[in-house]
Amino acid sequence: MLVLVVDSSTPAVTAALVEVSADGVASRAHRCTVDARAHGELLAPQVDAVLADADARPRDLAAIVAGLGPGPFTGLRVGLVTAATMGQVLNIPTYGVCSLDAIGYPAASGAPVLAASDARRKELYWAVYDGAGQRIVGPEVSAPAVAAARARELGATIAVGDGAHRYAEVLDLPVRVEPRYPDATVLALLAAERIRSGASSERLTPLYLRRPDAVAATGHKPVLP
Amino acid sequence: MADEPLILGIETSCDETGVGIVRGHTLLADALASSVEEHARFGGVVPEVASRAHLEAIVPTMDRALTEAGVTLADIDAIAVTSGPGLAGALLVGVAAAKGYAVAAEKPIYGVNHLAAHVAVDTLEHGPLPEPAIALLVSGGHSSLLLVDDLARGVTPLGATIDDAAGEAFDKVARLLGLPFPGGPPIDREARAGDAASIAFPRGLTAAKDLAAHRYDFSFSGLKTAVARWVEARQRAGEAVPVADVAASFQEAVCDVLTSKALAACRAQGIETLVIGGGVAANSRLRAMAEQRAEKYGIQVRVPRPKLCTDNGAMVAALGSHLVAAGVAPSRLDLPADSALPLTTVSV
Ligand SMILES: [Zn+2]
Repeated sequence: MLVLVVDSSTPAVTAALVEVSADGVASRAHRCTVDARAHGELLAPQVDAVLADADARPRDLAAIVAGLGPGPFTGLRVGLVTAATMGQVLNIPTYGVCSLDAIGYPAASGAPVLAASDARRKELYWAVYDGAGQRIVGPEVSAPAVAAARARELGATIAVGDGAHRYAEVLDLPVRVEPRYPDATVLALLAAERIRSGASSERLTPLYLRRPDAVAATGHKPVLP
Repeated sequence: MADEPLILGIETSCDETGVGIVRGHTLLADALASSVEEHARFGGVVPEVASRAHLEAIVPTMDRALTEAGVTLADIDAIAVTSGPGLAGALLVGVAAAKGYAVAAEKPIYGVNHLAAHVAVDTLEHGPLPEPAIALLVSGGHSSLLLVDDLARGVTPLGATIDDAAGEAFDKVARLLGLPFPGGPPIDREARAGDAASIAFPRGLTAAKDLAAHRYDFSFSGLKTAVARWVEARQRAGEAVPVADVAASFQEAVCDVLTSKALAACRAQGIETLVIGGGVAANSRLRAMAEQRAEKYGIQVRVPRPKLCTDNGAMVAALGSHLVAAGVAPSRLDLPADSALPLTTVSV
């Protein structure tokens, strides 16, 4: 089954096509551009490009997998609205996966690992995975020092992800180089059971973790002295 | 006219998620989801709240529009979307959605100017627009006077607000008077029972010295402050505020400036058609005053019905339809959402 994967939760804008079969998930085409400010411009042409690379038409798609974040909201929504609208047109199911899972799961190798992406405002989006790659805490958003303390309590011996690179000093954990951003094939792998069983389509709700910045209107400020 | 192109329009520049479908100048569907109630307690539109609401609303709103029109996305000839101006994050949801629809359905896409769409929507009500025309666009986000020579290729800005948008002034005065958000409809309602001549509020940028530099520009900040001073003075004196009179006098001042400048532009350029659009165009006094004053000069005023004046998807579809008919090339798939898209750019 040909499956489209999109993730826009980090500066890496990703579109990929994978083949999901009974015994695995194989990459067919992959486009990724690292640019934190152009998710809206980059993603759709990349979707178009991976279809062309694989010599496929949109109607050949059997499902769409999207990274649900957490991530900076504006960019994150681009991937989710792309997946949702394409799923609607093609009448195929859409499945969501926590984007940090596509960093933490492939990085786990026996011992717990901290996966982190940049949340801006000097904070990280993070989660901790056990030695088998299962998420045990998170996703959460907090200062790097808070994430590091929690990760250490949970026995993490290594950190991974763009956020870990950026805040390596504060985290004070060895940083695994790859994957720095959510891995598209892993996103599909983590949804593979749902894809194979034809599970019902999911509403793609972003993992915002933060409330909108807004203050309720206060009373009128007098203009008379 | 089954052979005319079937155009879909998507609008998400502020707090309304709109999907409209037109065939030629015929409106087939105009589905709308609004997050206005979520913004009410903040006294204004909160961009992030609007963006979140657009993401939730776009798929169901599209479903409703397609059902209403009795068509499928496969039947659509082109997809138009507001690419600006507007709230950056909100625009981006609509632009990304339009691209998702365009890629999946393999259709051309047109990124269009929101303000030009406010002009184009009138064609759904009154047919082809005589060109050149003058357009007055007034809402909570914009107050512009434009010369429309060729709606498919470019409009010329003549003037704009130098501070608050007209709709913003309505919102602020409404709050001052204890009326709900958005302020336009309740002020219009209150004003009907009030005396518009009871309080002489200032008309911004109409003095001779201001006209030299700002002939077609607007200013509503001074008016808003004048209303606030007047209301506060009454309150401090322990007197009741005559809400209806304040609303009527304020509304009169806004409408007076808008219509006099718009008609002055028509007369200076020898133009016989004035189109009024935007949320404030739903104001009953603005409509009446514009028609009354225009009649004297033999100028025809075109104002679409209120539902088409406020932001909606039909206006975007109407502009898309006009662009397709004029043979304008579609946009590229990497078209951006541009919160400051200039008026001179009708399609990107
Ligand atoms: Zn508008």
